[in-house]
Amino acid sequence: MSSSTEISLTTNGFTGFASLVQVLGTSTGTNEKTDALSYYFTHAADEDKVWVIAIFSGRRPKRVVNSTLLQNWCAEITGLPVWLFEECYHTVGDLGETIALLLPEPDIQGQQKSLSWYIDALIRLSKAEEPEKKQFITDTWRHLNREERFVFNKLITGGFRIGVSQKVMVNALSKTVQMDAPVIAHRISGNWDPGTTKFSELLNNEGAAADHSKPYPFYLAYALDKEPAALGDPQEWQAEWKWDGIRGQIIKRNRQLFVWSRGEELMTDKFPEYQVLENLLPDGTVLDGEILPGRGDTPLPFSVLQTRIGRKNVSKKQLQEAPVVFYAYDLLEYDGVDIRDQPLETRRKLLEQIVNDLSASGRAIPVFISPVISFKTWEALAAIRERSRELGAEGLMLKRIQSAYQVGRKIGDWWKWKMDALTIDAVMVYAQKGHGRRSNLYTDYTFAVQDGDKLVTFTKAYSGLTDKEFAQVDAFVKRNSLEKFGPVRTVKPELVFEIAFEGIAASNRHKSGVALRFPRISRWRKDKTPGEINTLADLKQLLDVYGK
Amino acid sequence: MIRFTDKGLYCPAGNFYIDPWQPVERAVITHAHSDHARAGSASYLCHHLTLPLLQLRLGNNHYQSVGWNEPVFINGVRLSLHPAGHIIGSSQVRLEHNGEVWVFSGDYKTEHDGLSGAFEPVRCHTFITESTFGLPIYTWKPQQVIYDDISNWIRNNQSHQKTSVLIAYSLGKAQRILEAVSAVTGNIYAHGAVYNVHETLQQAGIPLPDIRRVTPETPREQLKGSVVIAPPGAAESPWMKKFTPYAVGVCSGWMQVRGHARRSNVDAGFALSDHADWPGLLQAINATGAQKVFVTHGFQSALSRYLNEQGLEAAEVKTEYGNDEEITELKEENGIISEQAPETT
Repeated sequence: MSSSTEISLTTNGFTGFASLVQVLGTSTGTNEKTDALSYYFTHAADEDKVWVIAIFSGRRPKRVVNSTLLQNWCAEITGLPVWLFEECYHTVGDLGETIALLLPEPDIQGQQKSLSWYIDALIRLSKAEEPEKKQFITDTWRHLNREERFVFNKLITGGFRIGVSQKVMVNALSKTVQMDAPVIAHRISGNWDPGTTKFSELLNNEGAAADHSKPYPFYLAYALDKEPAALGDPQEWQAEWKWDGIRGQIIKRNRQLFVWSRGEELMTDKFPEYQVLENLLPDGTVLDGEILPGRGDTPLPFSVLQTRIGRKNVSKKQLQEAPVVFYAYDLLEYDGVDIRDQPLETRRKLLEQIVNDLSASGRAIPVFISPVISFKTWEALAAIRERSRELGAEGLMLKRIQSAYQVGRKIGDWWKWKMDALTIDAVMVYAQKGHGRRSNLYTDYTFAVQDGDKLVTFTKAYSGLTDKEFAQVDAFVKRNSLEKFGPVRTVKPELVFEIAFEGIAASNRHKSGVALRFPRISRWRKDKTPGEINTLADLKQLLDVYGK
Repeated sequence: MIRFTDKGLYCPAGNFYIDPWQPVERAVITHAHSDHARAGSASYLCHHLTLPLLQLRLGNNHYQSVGWNEPVFINGVRLSLHPAGHIIGSSQVRLEHNGEVWVFSGDYKTEHDGLSGAFEPVRCHTFITESTFGLPIYTWKPQQVIYDDISNWIRNNQSHQKTSVLIAYSLGKAQRILEAVSAVTGNIYAHGAVYNVHETLQQAGIPLPDIRRVTPETPREQLKGSVVIAPPGAAESPWMKKFTPYAVGVCSGWMQVRGHARRSNVDAGFALSDHADWPGLLQAINATGAQKVFVTHGFQSALSRYLNEQGLEAAEVKTEYGNDEEITELKEENGIISEQAPETT
């Protein structure tokens, strides 16, 4: 598997980046993606490589123009009416790609520029006036080809979504620079500026010192796909509740506090509740745990947190209505030393000591230890698991007591053993075209339950069907549309689906008065007619039982 | 002149149907794709080159075939066929009666593929056009550019000792891509559904390169680095195992949009279509000089609205042609594949 070079792949300049994106976007196997990236990291210019790492780990430059302006400029160049542009956009499902497809053939042969040149230009543009922005962007459009334009537009609008996971990129880098993957994962996490960081600094031992905010890569568990008895002796395992919150690390280094989410987002400012820890936690401490809405040590439903998570500034009212706590379950750094290699048992003892010290301060502390559940047999644990929802948990976590804290999703030592989802049978009433991979296909559905002789919508769901089933439902939608509202079609209420979800809460955003957590289609009930679906009363009953 | 009925496009004066989707007395057929040429009618009229394909797909029937620009009179209506450039034999239907001229395009493309006959613009008062790719995002690259992409892809696969499996509609696309394939290799294999059509066309005198049929006896050794042409349904069937290691490329206009290409979960998508793109549709409509345009299967609401805004009198018409080309392809090819199943597994 050594000769992995695509002969058509150039790594030169912006064209090189565009063809990398092209290969990554079309290749179906992880190996091919890793090979393409590794080839790129071996041959491309250093400044470009740094930006590729940055972009594929979610660090793109600040947006300089909004979608409406891009859309207007494109409409102006092509002379297309706005409604037709929008029709195209709904079919393509991606603004950057729509524009790339609509623009006329390039008419200027410009000098080949590098990826970093374009990004620098975009960064400089952020301070410019609108006419200057328009000039630069439309000029660029005129000398890039279709594939390059797409990539350029994505640099502006963000979100490449071409199926490159952090893991694939880390492995490719590891292959290229001959360093261990976990080391690389740590290096490229946290706060670094791709504009000023050199490739060698990023991946060199010497360069790594400065950043105090840097989180460790999270260790992620797989879902348990067998009977727990298969895990062997219960005494070798530790059980905890699996909380339904945001996985996070709280870091205290150099007298400063940092809060990171699993999505590698620095969220310190979103949780002012944790600020008290800046003075109380010892320097050189990294906690791993769950960011949860909660009052005292009682967790609240996740939906409570959603009301404040998207906000830039958290209001006083939100702090009162949706208070946040931290359920700590692991300790990754103690007294400035990385202790991830130590067994869980040892880390847990140190963690308990740290949290106890916090409590001893006499202040109200938003950090709690996620309790260990003691159990003798797997049967006994199964019975305990049944109580998960009452306690606001999604199920259990099983961790090997001797396990080290690993990097990324690794099989073997950590398992999540979730409760079966709640389900309800519902009928599809609206359909909308999907985005990205599912563009031009009706894949986003709204579902309704019965209320007397009326249908009441209660949720949308986007996933859970196979591509073949999506094609069938899509064909049904196209033949059974009753009305069209922009991109949305009202369809004959005929297809019945079982909707699975993880939680339910009261909501005034939906007509039904409920909001679901993680709703998805669990199966297509071809055996059921719309007359046999669940009722609004059934939903309300679920809300009474699980929605507190 | 033409009424849109629940059986299909009907000409009352001539008392015949064009591409009916239900059995009728007399059917005029634009081309041999299954959504346009359906079984069960008492008699069929089509182009000479469509005839052997109808015989292959619909069996023995009462057929009459004519050449392009050879008028026939049916109950006083002057009918003639004109090249549509879609696939071999594909024709537009021109009807003239009492000084009024209507043209039904069938499926068409304006770029000449060297096989199907060059699309001929026909002047008329009323034009009925398809709109499969009736949005401006569908602006095709010149076919030579796409052929080069296909050739390069095959070469790249060969350098990795992989077989190139090209997914193409068995009638039309499968023959068309041979040009790109032959530029790289003569080692070409085909799925039975593709092979049957190929054989029929060769017997009808169409000059096509020789290809071989994949059979259970075909030695794996010979398939190494070869090109295999297969219909859409075959891509997900166990039939593919024989070619391991292989890469799959799909040739379809739908591959123009990345999301669509990714959804099909293949290694490469080539936006090569046998339908007119947006500029092609506008150019064709314009060239007819028609004041009245009916828009059928595809993006009919967008295209007809656009034409209205351009000052033409346009309306959408619901037909049962290729509601979604992919779905029709799938249905048809699945049918063929199941017939072939004993032989291919």
